[in-house]
Amino acid sequence: MSSADSTEIVKTDDSSLTSDLDKSLSDSISKKFSNVEIAYVKPDRIRVNVKKEEIIAVASFIRDELHFDHAESVGGVDYPEDKQIEVVYHLGSYTDPSLSKHILALATRAPREDVPRPGNDSTILPSLRDIFPSVSFHERECFEMLGVYFDGHPDNRRLLLPEDWADIPPLRKDFRIKGR
Amino acid sequence: MSSHVYPKEKEIFPGLQLEKVDDRIMTLNVGPQHPGSGHMRIILKVDGDYIVHCDPDPGYVHRGEEKMAEYRNYITNIPHLERPVIHDSCNILYPYCLGVEELLGLEVPERAKYLRVIAAELNRCVYTQYWLAIYGIFLGHSTMFMWPMGDRELVIDLLDKMTGARVTHAYFVPGGVRNDLPPNFEDVCLRQVNYFEKRLKEYADIFYDNPILISRTKDTGILSREDAIKLGTTGSVLRASGVDFDIRKKEPYDVYEELDFQTNVLKEGDSYARSKIPWLDMFESCRIIRDALKKMPKSGSVRVKLKPNPKGGDTEVYRRVESGRGSLGMHIISRGKPQPYRLKISVGSFRNLIAMPHLLTGEMLGNMPAVYWSLNYWPVEADR
Repeated sequence: MSSADSTEIVKTDDSSLTSDLDKSLSDSISKKFSNVEIAYVKPDRIRVNVKKEEIIAVASFIRDELHFDHAESVGGVDYPEDKQIEVVYHLGSYTDPSLSKHILALATRAPREDVPRPGNDSTILPSLRDIFPSVSFHERECFEMLGVYFDGHPDNRRLLLPEDWADIPPLRKDFRIKGR
Repeated sequence: MSSHVYPKEKEIFPGLQLEKVDDRIMTLNVGPQHPGSGHMRIILKVDGDYIVHCDPDPGYVHRGEEKMAEYRNYITNIPHLERPVIHDSCNILYPYCLGVEELLGLEVPERAKYLRVIAAELNRCVYTQYWLAIYGIFLGHSTMFMWPMGDRELVIDLLDKMTGARVTHAYFVPGGVRNDLPPNFEDVCLRQVNYFEKRLKEYADIFYDNPILISRTKDTGILSREDAIKLGTTGSVLRASGVDFDIRKKEPYDVYEELDFQTNVLKEGDSYARSKIPWLDMFESCRIIRDALKKMPKSGSVRVKLKPNPKGGDTEVYRRVESGRGSLGMHIISRGKPQPYRLKISVGSFRNLIAMPHLLTGEMLGNMPAVYWSLNYWPVEADR
């Protein structure tokens, strides 16, 4: 099973399927914040990339004006070649019936250090816990798995890993599983 | 709480510290070897009979599913991804398969979509029966342990016929399902599901209308509608607090749009409502299965053939389904390799964890099992 056998299937462009609501949501964000990058608008899925200085303002706007009220998932992604770690908040809405299908991905990036010292290095992001209380356990998980310290989170403790874990955060790409 | 914040000078290891002893407040460890708790610890601080502080401590069954997924290709990821919740394995593979299909641009055959819905609903019943059995024994009701465990066998038997395995089915694959139905399955399925539904009705007499259960669960651990939304809870916890949100209705995947069922919503938000919603959902599952058996194409392909080592493009997807414990989402990032670059699994159990300190603080210690297990929490799934 060599890699030459495999085929890469290119996804067809689905921009024609996006609804007016998708467009109006992304337009209202880009109108309000000029530095925000709308990464894509797919049917029911929007992704917004923001700088970490702006994330509190954008998240407050998304909650108060666009009515997204809870976080579905918060996941960190390591990009060693960019020397950055990205945190993606997937936000959804229970209160607004027109938004129940929609997921808004709000992504921001923190600097990454080659020798991580979780909590004591420059990999720090502002916590969204005051805006979306539902992120509190997710951010704790992100802290131990990727070493992103959330400034303003009162509870940056270990969650899933053993208490005496003394290795680097395991979801970083330079942490290798034995034998793989 | 501030003394627990990491980083801290006096820590021996991160998260491990010495605590001052208080004469009045007692620290109580529930778990991790509690027979019902399922390898999960809750650190309670009690003042007399009342819980004054609750700190859930998951992670005893953390397997690193997300890390493992980065080393395996899209097909070999299937068997290990169902491990977090083996008795709801179809529902945990569902968002993965939907996501990979979106990445690879696969069109699933019509018959496979129906087979998936049937398998997912049968699996939901298996999970809920298991959960209900443990809820029964938590409250000291041994009959309610025996009955769901016994009736669960009916459904497991069906899944065994369908997939070849009792619990770890690995039945869903990107592009359809692994195999077609055995001959005569429809009749057997209809007969067993009808009998199963008849048995479910009897649970009302012994459990849900039982004054002992009602006195133990009514008005304990009330989660208001506002808090349920604010804390981002999901599934039965959310629907018991009066929020009408079921992904099968709100964002229908596969053929749920064409099937006849309703969402169960209760307004009370107490442990009784939370324990009742999954039971009511099982009746809807039976309805869905019967409807799907009727509407399913009688023949046709059940799987599209994949090239070896399929690669996704340079993109990402987020797909979610309604599992037995609420929304189950998967965020798959692909960077043109046969393996996902990153797979984030967002599970209902982990999202409902935040409601635990919220509800248990201020509650009486004796109500702890009734509130804890009503959150429809599965420790292994939350740890991944």
